[in-house]
Amino acid sequence: MFNWFYTGLKAGIRTTPYPKKADMAPGISPGRPRATRLDAQVAEALTMRCPTGALIKHQGGVDVDYRHCVHCARCRRNTGTQVMDWSQDYDWGVLSAHAERAGHRFRDIFGRSLHIRFLDAGACGACMSEARQLNNPYYNIHRLGFFITPTPRDADILLVAGPVTDAMRIPLQKTYAAMPEPKRVVAMGVCALSGGVFGPSFISAGGVADVIPVDVLVPGCPPPPLAILHGLLLAVERTMPSRLTTHAAETEA
Amino acid sequence: MAAASVMQPPAAAWQELHRICPVRWPKVSVRTDHTRHIAHLMVTPATVRPVCLWLFGEAGYHFATLVAEEFDGTWHLTYVFYDPASHGWAYVELRQPLAQTSVISIGDTVHAADWHERETEDLFGLRFEGHPKLGEFVLHENWPEGINPMRKQFDARAPFAHHQQKTVWEPPTIVEAPGAFIMPIGPVYSDFAESAHFVIETTGEDMLRVLPRFFYKYRGVEKIAEGQTTERVLLLAERFSGSSAFAHGFAFCRAMESLCETGVPPRARVLRSVFAELERLRHHVAVIAGICASTGLAVAQAQGASLEEDLLRLTAQVCGHRYLFGVLKPGGLTLAPDARCLDLLRERAHALNLRLEKLYAGLRYSSSFLDRLEDVGLIRAEVVKAFGLVGPVARASGGAADLRKLFRYGAYEQVDFAVPTETQGDGYARLRILFQEAAQSAAIIERLLDDVPDGPVCAEVIPRAGAALGFAEAPLGATFHWLRLDAAERVQRYRISTPSFRNWHAFRVAVEHFSFQDFPIVLATFGLSNAECDR
Repeated sequence: MFNWFYTGLKAGIRTTPYPKKADMAPGISPGRPRATRLDAQVAEALTMRCPTGALIKHQGGVDVDYRHCVHCARCRRNTGTQVMDWSQDYDWGVLSAHAERAGHRFRDIFGRSLHIRFLDAGACGACMSEARQLNNPYYNIHRLGFFITPTPRDADILLVAGPVTDAMRIPLQKTYAAMPEPKRVVAMGVCALSGGVFGPSFISAGGVADVIPVDVLVPGCPPPPLAILHGLLLAVERTMPSRLTTHAAETEA
Repeated sequence: MAAASVMQPPAAAWQELHRICPVRWPKVSVRTDHTRHIAHLMVTPATVRPVCLWLFGEAGYHFATLVAEEFDGTWHLTYVFYDPASHGWAYVELRQPLAQTSVISIGDTVHAADWHERETEDLFGLRFEGHPKLGEFVLHENWPEGINPMRKQFDARAPFAHHQQKTVWEPPTIVEAPGAFIMPIGPVYSDFAESAHFVIETTGEDMLRVLPRFFYKYRGVEKIAEGQTTERVLLLAERFSGSSAFAHGFAFCRAMESLCETGVPPRARVLRSVFAELERLRHHVAVIAGICASTGLAVAQAQGASLEEDLLRLTAQVCGHRYLFGVLKPGGLTLAPDARCLDLLRERAHALNLRLEKLYAGLRYSSSFLDRLEDVGLIRAEVVKAFGLVGPVARASGGAADLRKLFRYGAYEQVDFAVPTETQGDGYARLRILFQEAAQSAAIIERLLDDVPDGPVCAEVIPRAGAALGFAEAPLGATFHWLRLDAAERVQRYRISTPSFRNWHAFRVAVEHFSFQDFPIVLATFGLSNAECDR
């Protein structure tokens, strides 16, 4: 046993500086496309290439709808000289309209200690794997006062992944109902936002918001650990939100 | 069986089936496909059972999958078997009119087909005569009886509103000992656990009976793939099981390539195997970290989890995605990593493997850790054979089948490796297999990267109508993807047979009669994925 103690000490500190400082370690995020200025013809071709309809063509170029983008990189690889710009960031969390309305003072209550219940509503395993990484020495969310709890009775935040399958609809509702007020819901991954590649269909809902109210959305397929962390920080108002669709779309529309 | 073991059994290589079968069963005709090494056995409703039982019981074939299709106004049922001795396939093909919805069951002997039959009954409404337990399997009790979503007339896109039905599920109980009670686990349980439900009957300490209930995560992947373009179905193939995305995408692409007779360029062949091994390495490291977590060995878990994160970052640096999504396409790969990238991969894979070896050495001498794994969750060799178990779980109990070795697909013909096997069949044997396979994956990566051929990474695929099987050795074992395209290049049937579906079947056997505190440990040493099982 002493051997393990010594091994642990020898490993040193690996923890990310995020959120105090940006972490630019290579491979920390798969990145995602961002709004790009493109010729009309290229914009048309790239929009057609997108298998999930996440790219929106407008006059000056292409915008991205992160509710649908699964970063399959088809707009980036083997397309010719002009491709979508790719950002390597990870602060992807967005507040939903519901959260803005509700206006809890979450920061005052949970700013220092927050208990999170994870729920798998039909996720593929990649989202869960990324959420699990939050507990590893690289991310170590305990240092921020975040704890994973096995029971909804102790939970302040429900972190949900997956499109919400038919059989998980009632367990999701019951878990949400079992949580004490005030509570917030973080939907992580494209499936939980829009159904992703699976829904809506005969057996899947089109995301968590179809079943219970959602406060924070974290897009990505899967969102990397720091994106989930950004979403959690956002839920307790300790950081600033990102956007679900890129800017240029708003000015054009 | 007894008569066959007295006489020398006839050589039943796939090439010989066209001679053997019509002699034994005059109504069975055989067509041999020499390019794909398949013997197509056209059987009748009366001969399907004897032929399958003979292939499995006497000829030494392994059961791969059962594919049901509603095609051209008839039922097409294909029982896929493969022969590890002659490296070929036997497709037992049964056709019958749609009105005839009963088929004879083979699940009592070919137990690996048991769940396949239950699934087919639930989703297609085909009754398997003689099967002891049909109904309520994939679709739970709130789904109305008689509505079978895989039938062609069922609309996959429209929401199917049936939630008004108020139904209560009462788990069936068997144990009648005084003081017996039910301990339910799930579907929402533990810190991070995939949704599944376990009903444990007990009188206190020992789990007398365990009834697992799956398919909480059934997303109808096979159904929603129908009518879609192959481009779109590739997204589904990669994303229905994120922890083994590359392996499933690989099997899907191989089905496309087999159907369209596409030759994959040598550079892509090598890189695909490299990426598949990278995924296996990361997957096994994650399972090992999970085993350490299940026993509460915090430092070892932290070390395993750090290794996993390092591998995820390495994968993202080489492939642009932490879980290898979007790397594959039919005909090859979407990206061509440069020499610098591959050097990085080689160097890091070597260094990470050294760290993994250190972790292994530490665990092997931690007696309190080993006490929790040894003689726990036993799977005997007979269970491997009967349930047709695959992957590390089978190899820890003496079953050595590995599709990489059997069929030498992709670049696996270029590297020499032995399939690690253990015989104890307990949790520790499964841990040893995981470590050995992870080390072997790192070694295969290094050897393949020694000599990566130059050239393009993708060939053009000219789609054609028809059906083909693609297979790959996923991190958890053999996976089989059946793909049928129509003339408009749309998917007509996509059947996914996964290792988790296969191995969950026997989980009950491994965990029963052990005590409660062993449950999470057996669960961790199996390391299975519900997403992969439920689809």
